Amino acid sequence: MSTRLQTKGRLVNRDRQISFSFNGKRLKAYEGDTLASALLANDQMLVGRSFKYHRPRGVVASGAEEPNALVNLGEGHRFEPNARATTTEVFDGLKAGSQNHFPSLEFDVGAINQHLSRFLPAGFYYKMFIHPRPLWKHVYEPFIRQSAGLGKAPDAETRDPDTYEYFHAHTDVLIIGGGVAGLTAALAAGRAGAQVILCEQTADWGGRAAVDGDEIDGMPVEEWIKNALQELESMKNITLRTRMMGAGVYDHGYVLCYERLTDHIGPSEGPRHRLWKVRAKQVVTATGAIERPLSFAGNDIPGVMLASAVRDYAINYGVSAGDRTVVVTNNDDAYRTAIAMLDAGLSVPAVIDVRATPDTPLIERVKSRGVRVMQGMAIAKVKGGKRVTGVSVCSQAGEGAVLEDIACDVVAMSGGWSPVVHLWSHCGGKLTWDEAGAFFRPDPTRAPLSFDGTPFVIAAGSANGEMDEGAVLADAYTMGQEAAKRVGATPKGAAPTAKDTAQAPLLPVWMMPQGASYKLRSKMWLDYQNDVKVSDVQLAAQEGYESVEHTKRYTTLGMATDQGKLSNINGLAILAQELNAPIPQVGTTTFRPPYTPISMGAIAGEAKGEIFQPLRRTPMHDWHEAHGVYWEPVGHWRRPYCYPQSGESHEDAVNREVVNTRENLGLLDASTLGKLIVKGPDAGKFLDMLYTNMMSTLKPGRCRYGLMCSENGFLMDDGVVARIDDDTFLCHTTSGGADHIHAHMEEWLQTEWWDWQVHVANVTEQYGQIAVVGPKARDVLQSLGGMDVSKEALSFMGWADGTLGGIPVRIFRISFSGELSYEIAVDAGRAQELWELLHANGQQFGVMPYGTEALHILRAEKGFIMIGDETDGTVIPQDLGLHWALSKKKADYLGKRAQQRTHMTDPDRWLLVGLETVDGSVIPDGAYATGEGTNANGQKVVQGRVTSTYYSANLKRGIAMGLVLNGPDRMGEQLTFLKTDGTAVHARIVDPVFYDKEGVKQDV
Amino acid sequence: MKKYSAFAIAREAARYHQGWERAWAKRAPKAKYDVIIVGAGGHGLATAYYLGKNFGITNVAVIEKGWLGGGNTGRNTTIIRSNYLQDPSAAIYEKARSLYENLSQDLNYNIMFSPRGVIMLAQTHHEVRGYQRTAHANALQGVKTEWISPSQVKKLVPIMNIEGPRYPVLGGLWQARGGTARHDAVAWGYARACSDMGMDIIQQTEVTAIKREGGKVTGVSTTRGDIACDKLGIVVAGHSGVLADMAGFRLPIESVPLQALVSEPIKPCMDVVVMANTVHGYMSQSDKGEMVIGGGTDSHNAYTQRGSFHHIEETVRALCETFPMLSRLKMLRQWGGIVDVTGDRSPILSKTPVDGVFINCGWGTGGFKAIPGSGWGMAELIAKGHSPLTDEFGLDRFVEGRFIDESVAAGVAH
Repeated sequence: MSTRLQTKGRLVNRDRQISFSFNGKRLKAYEGDTLASALLANDQMLVGRSFKYHRPRGVVASGAEEPNALVNLGEGHRFEPNARATTTEVFDGLKAGSQNHFPSLEFDVGAINQHLSRFLPAGFYYKMFIHPRPLWKHVYEPFIRQSAGLGKAPDAETRDPDTYEYFHAHTDVLIIGGGVAGLTAALAAGRAGAQVILCEQTADWGGRAAVDGDEIDGMPVEEWIKNALQELESMKNITLRTRMMGAGVYDHGYVLCYERLTDHIGPSEGPRHRLWKVRAKQVVTATGAIERPLSFAGNDIPGVMLASAVRDYAINYGVSAGDRTVVVTNNDDAYRTAIAMLDAGLSVPAVIDVRATPDTPLIERVKSRGVRVMQGMAIAKVKGGKRVTGVSVCSQAGEGAVLEDIACDVVAMSGGWSPVVHLWSHCGGKLTWDEAGAFFRPDPTRAPLSFDGTPFVIAAGSANGEMDEGAVLADAYTMGQEAAKRVGATPKGAAPTAKDTAQAPLLPVWMMPQGASYKLRSKMWLDYQNDVKVSDVQLAAQEGYESVEHTKRYTTLGMATDQGKLSNINGLAILAQELNAPIPQVGTTTFRPPYTPISMGAIAGEAKGEIFQPLRRTPMHDWHEAHGVYWEPVGHWRRPYCYPQSGESHEDAVNREVVNTRENLGLLDASTLGKLIVKGPDAGKFLDMLYTNMMSTLKPGRCRYGLMCSENGFLMDDGVVARIDDDTFLCHTTSGGADHIHAHMEEWLQTEWWDWQVHVANVTEQYGQIAVVGPKARDVLQSLGGMDVSKEALSFMGWADGTLGGIPVRIFRISFSGELSYEIAVDAGRAQELWELLHANGQQFGVMPYGTEALHILRAEKGFIMIGDETDGTVIPQDLGLHWALSKKKADYLGKRAQQRTHMTDPDRWLLVGLETVDGSVIPDGAYATGEGTNANGQKVVQGRVTSTYYSANLKRGIAMGLVLNGPDRMGEQLTFLKTDGTAVHARIVDPVFYDKEGVKQDV
Repeated sequence: MKKYSAFAIAREAARYHQGWERAWAKRAPKAKYDVIIVGAGGHGLATAYYLGKNFGITNVAVIEKGWLGGGNTGRNTTIIRSNYLQDPSAAIYEKARSLYENLSQDLNYNIMFSPRGVIMLAQTHHEVRGYQRTAHANALQGVKTEWISPSQVKKLVPIMNIEGPRYPVLGGLWQARGGTARHDAVAWGYARACSDMGMDIIQQTEVTAIKREGGKVTGVSTTRGDIACDKLGIVVAGHSGVLADMAGFRLPIESVPLQALVSEPIKPCMDVVVMANTVHGYMSQSDKGEMVIGGGTDSHNAYTQRGSFHHIEETVRALCETFPMLSRLKMLRQWGGIVDVTGDRSPILSKTPVDGVFINCGWGTGGFKAIPGSGWGMAELIAKGHSPLTDEFGLDRFVEGRFIDESVAAGVAH
């Protein structure tokens, strides 16, 4: 059984006991424990079930590479699935539960799959469930989905109460990894004077060295770490961060770091995670190395663990994984585990070493303590079900004939180490195969390149393929200095030193024994979580899935939540063996961010709920809010859709607003309209190119309605342009168009007409804009006093500056409703004041505010087009009968040539008309007019469509505008519009102007 | 070819799976083919498959620079739908969707087509009108879609927050017969079927030149030597411009990165595909349990198959807002692909200025869903010189201004 040892454990505080629960059971732990160490201390080796076969799963590792120990954490709104127990720090009151089983962890009916595993090889689902077709959707797929999926889904109504934040940082050098390599690199770069951020994903500095190392600079490793930290903390140019993981490296030195602020203390105030966006001139990856498992039958049974993890639990947490540990290895390093077990007073019945190697100091030390070292041997199979009970030993060279059984409850395995090259690789860093260590290491000649073609990532220490302590320190110091040099700092000081322990070479063994039968190979796990075995990779190769990407996807190797940190190299070695190709030729799959999974909450950051996106408020926003507005989102703006009074439906409110505006007086908040100042000696020339109309001839004091087309000729925006003075124009755009028309102007100015003397400024938010509309519009303005708004002083399509009720304003005599109308621009800061004034003084004239829907109906009654309704990116001005706005005098304007293309000049186009239903009803939005027969693809032929359709309260009937094939030539003809329910509505083609055809009301 | 079935699995299990054949043969290229398809992605393989199946043309090679299915076929978010607005689009995507329904049976390879339904959310009044227009168009195009209310949306997707606060759900366009499929399996299934017809799938072989005589194609040069052909299909999303350049013509396309990501796997919680265009994101849950998430394209042109992180942020933010329960899930992996984007956001399936050279490209962000229909039409185009499915998608439309603009209906990647 696994239990707490008498020895102390360097990372736990034995003076502070805390309690947590696992599957409802209350258990004890110490401060500093990870959930994995605490579970092991409570003899809870079984922690979950695998993905495909629901095999029992135990803790196998001690860090970020853990594939098995995934748990549900917390409850309610703070529930989190798939948390890695090895990187979860226990706090008092933590609640955890195991995953992927029914009804319980101990007894899981899904485990039936493991007995069927012979019928469920890699890719089995591609080969079955094909017939009969409906069964896939209704039976097979739901079953597969339910049995897969690991963690429980959070409840549908979960609302995460925690907050998350972004943090932006710029630095010379970012060092990722706070082991001795990272600390050393930081000392080197820091002493040189470079700005350094050093981050470590765990809570503790020093990494593995404190467990495995001997002495640095002649002092115990722990002491050296303490001193190094002291020196680093004393430097002002160094920022140290624990619990912060380098998650991803992106182009040009952009690095994502993931800081976990409160996960180790449980629910608390302040942000839970902080996502750092670091811009680093140089990135040093001191990310260490990960031990590889070995492939032998039964290597997935709980109790089979990485050798390094077994000693980590003993030394760091004072926890034994079991009483009797058999070590199986292809290298010297694992002997350290035997020593650690002996030091803890535990038994090591044997070390099984596939090598036949002369004694080295490590082997010697183990032997001298009476441990049996079995050379040239391998594990034929591990015995046990939910826990290891023993191993059968065989010769590595043979086919697995059992020579001896050894009872044990832990198997500590080591297949060598692989540098953590993920961050090096994210942004295109290439790897090279290291024969001696049998691993991929960063190829310094093919580092990720920055914007200027120079390398910006440097690997250091074990992450760079240096596996001996002395070499790690030397390499890390050199690399830290290199980073400093690249940012222009001058290296100083000398590297720390340590003695290397002489070790015998590793023997790459990818399968044990060498001649294992299918039965054994089908019990050798490569990917513990996804249940991918040696036989699966071999099957993939046999079936032609030879590319490492095909093998991965066919078998799901390395696609689990650990992203193959333990399985990738072993898997592709098996593939290489099968293809009879060298490993480097087979290559690796692509490393993608993040290094380990990061929370969606952290990625989303602060922006959620009300502040999900910036809310743009017009100056009158609060007034609308106070007057019962029903809002409509328009981009980031909120615009009043209508102002329902008590008991009114939205529809009632809109109808009332429409009628009142025509009969009395309406107020519209038009502040969202885009307002762009175009200024400079070439402003007129520029606008002549942008608009289809001639703008350069516009006189100061006058307004002109203009159209803007894309280079492809399609109508993209419209609005009124006012000339302020010779050099200055004010261009109004649609509300949705303000930003992209501004960008459109800048794009042309910056890329094509860069020598024209024009500036564009977006002043949309500097002004409030109020449309005062209706027969009494002039009356209310005159009642405020301050400027002459008579027809003579301010004629239609003119503008003037002045004051109203003491407030400075600019008034445009323009109309989008066909009524007498003044659009009043006012400093944003005084807009609400003016609005209130107009509203108060307007009472005597029957004033009512109206919203966007009434605006739409008023303009539709007049046959005015609306960008986004009559246009959809496929419509040209000619389609809308706007020929009058296309200047024939200008040599060119954007869209002119495009509009000369054959399809654009086709006489048979869909053109704008009015549509009047025969029965007075409203045609549904977006309905099409049917034609005769079907086309070559069997689709019903259509001959037109509705673009705007409303109930007109003024005309007391449905009115619509639409685009119809040769429409204007077919006045009076009746069309059939099909509804989605199959019924039809009939409408006559009419003139698009429904109201005040002569236009007498606006120009009074 | 030995048929796949539960029976075959039982038979092979009895002999330790030693009897399974290669899914597709590994053969050396021949000196000449009737048709060479460049690009062994879904579209290229489907084109080859229907050349054989519908027209009996089996002296065909599919040449692939890397590994088959390794481009956008193996990188997309596997959404299948046909609720497009414009007639030519609806025709080809609906053809594809209907072929997907029987593709597992047709190919004898389970591509796991899952007709779980697709909702496109409307969160502004403008979007409501747009989708109602699409619904009307679809009814006439023979594409079955339906406008559904917010409460129907909530019933289909209990994890959705339909009440805002910023963009309350106003309804949705629902295509019950849309869904997802296993993307790799589509490529593998077609490859296996092509190989079975005697076609050669030649991987790890790059085309370096396109040979012409008198304005007509005669073959290609590759990293494994010259190969002659009568007709050549270029189906190489992401690098179409490069191949067109080899054939001596230019394409009106830009290549931009498109990114996607998955969460860690969780038990089933969302049975349909949801696309939310106002907030810019879409999501489905894979059979493995991962939440599969995508958003818009990056705004810069590039050939690197990775993108900018701020796009991932924008997408995840949109989806956390739409599905608040996502907040404590974790992103497992993000990746990118390169998509060819045309001026009207519709594909090009066309003859070219070079006699005998045909091109299929420009699918932008939505190519996976079209694979069978695209292959079907492209095969007809190559075999007969035209196809009703592809006629409207010719290169000449850019000269004539006869665009097929879908941005009206879908302003976001799909």
